[in-house]
Amino acid sequence: MKHYEVEILDAKTKDKLCFLDKVGKVLPSFSLHWYPARQSIRLDPKGKSLKDEDVLQHLPVGTTATFYFRDLGAQISWVTVFLTEYAGPLLIYLMFYFRVPFIYAPKYDFTTSKHWVVHLACMCHSFHYVKRLLETLFVHRFSHGTMPLRNIFKNCTYYWGFAAWMAYYINHPLYTPPIYGEQQIRLALTVFLFCQIGNFSIHIALRNLRPPGSKTRKIPYPTKNPFTWIFLLVSCPNYTYELGSWLGFTLMTQCLPVAFFTLVGFIQMTVWAKGKHRSYLKEFRDYPTLRSPILPFIL
Amino acid sequence: MASGEEDGTVEEKETNNKKRTKGTIATAWLTFYNIAMTAGWLVLAVAMVRYYLQKGTHKGLYRNIAKTLKFFQTFALLEVGHCAIGIVRTSVIVTGVQVCSRIFMVWFVTNSIRQIQNEESVILFVVVWTITEITRYSFYTFNLLNHLPYFIKWARYNMFIVMYPLGVIGELLTIHASLPYVRRSGMYSLRLPNKYNVSFDYYYFLIIVMLSYIPLFPQLYFHMLRQRRRVLHGEIVVEKDE
Repeated sequence: MKHYEVEILDAKTKDKLCFLDKVGKVLPSFSLHWYPARQSIRLDPKGKSLKDEDVLQHLPVGTTATFYFRDLGAQISWVTVFLTEYAGPLLIYLMFYFRVPFIYAPKYDFTTSKHWVVHLACMCHSFHYVKRLLETLFVHRFSHGTMPLRNIFKNCTYYWGFAAWMAYYINHPLYTPPIYGEQQIRLALTVFLFCQIGNFSIHIALRNLRPPGSKTRKIPYPTKNPFTWIFLLVSCPNYTYELGSWLGFTLMTQCLPVAFFTLVGFIQMTVWAKGKHRSYLKEFRDYPTLRSPILPFIL
Repeated sequence: MASGEEDGTVEEKETNNKKRTKGTIATAWLTFYNIAMTAGWLVLAVAMVRYYLQKGTHKGLYRNIAKTLKFFQTFALLEVGHCAIGIVRTSVIVTGVQVCSRIFMVWFVTNSIRQIQNEESVILFVVVWTITEITRYSFYTFNLLNHLPYFIKWARYNMFIVMYPLGVIGELLTIHASLPYVRRSGMYSLRLPNKYNVSFDYYYFLIIVMLSYIPLFPQLYFHMLRQRRRVLHGEIVVEKDE
């Protein structure tokens, strides 16, 4: 069997970190003093990281291979981040709903709103985040194990901050219910539920594309479930449905902070959808041309 | 195949010509812009000195120069555009934050809260801004004309060390002085209940603005310090390597 000599250099300083004499097919996970999730190994100092599954034999290297190492910084698992950033809004909203002391004037402590839409909103908001938590635990198949540690602070500030801001007004004693009353609320609820089911259907469809433990990527297609037929027109319908859900919630609560949260989320999801759409196009020659990233025909 | 190669070079020449024209227009515009701004802030400086010499007091000075200050400070919004379209190689965010904080001070604090216009802190930050801007815009002008006197470069990269903190002190004291008037008048505020289910309290907003100086000011200050090290000492390092 062919043996390789492998040297690992630091991508920034070009210092020699490690030299391995007789390496077989696969690069062993060697003991630099950073744990594997933090290690980024690449063929070119400014290039992309190699993947865990890459095999020495199939890489464009001679018998003496030079790799470059980059420290990705402290890492944290995606599952941990998701669970933390979703549990926050669930609990924070409930604190405002039950009017825990020190939020509103003392005479309102532990009272409940007289508007039934406020109770409905609490159920919808809580359902949304419980669904997200369960999906994180049982549905999603993550490509990467970890992300940089500082992301958890950034993400939690975003989710928890907005949740508190929205919940404060919706559960406020001086809350004003929607102008068009029951009609508006009913329409909003329909949109919200429709999009929640849609979003869930897409997550299941995406999960089924990928066998357990694998990291393969395939083009998603519509299935027997009508909620997935939107794949004909859109690359990332999970984001489309998510936008729809929050539009529904905005209509239901008629609350400007909710509208603002929907807008910011939409901008972020559009950025992600465009990126995903671009990588689909790059990876698959036969990618359907009718599809847009997030909004059919528009965006 | 020969004609294909010719087509390629003709296209290249056209795009290069377009790029050069765009570059010349950009340079011409930026030169005009920086000369105009230098002149504007000089006018402000002269007006302030004249007022103080004639009246012997700073009371009423702000009212006297308010229009000119508002005009030239607002015009500086164009600089965000310059960064956005790439004719100036600075971060849009850094420029945006700096210009926005100036606009905010001028329009939403000193302009709208008349009772604080005679405060000493107002004079402090206006004087600091004037000195800083004259230095900065003349630096850019000379740079674009490729004739940069060393003392302008020195001033640009050294005076901020004192001017920046002084300016921040002036601004913070001014905002702090305005708080009681804002609270009493309830200006720029929206109370519950209303059909948008949102509220806004300008008083607490101003407090948050003051607190935001704590993370933001060090970042801008150290950004300038790093630039200073690179510009004033960078040349020495390069020589050593060669």
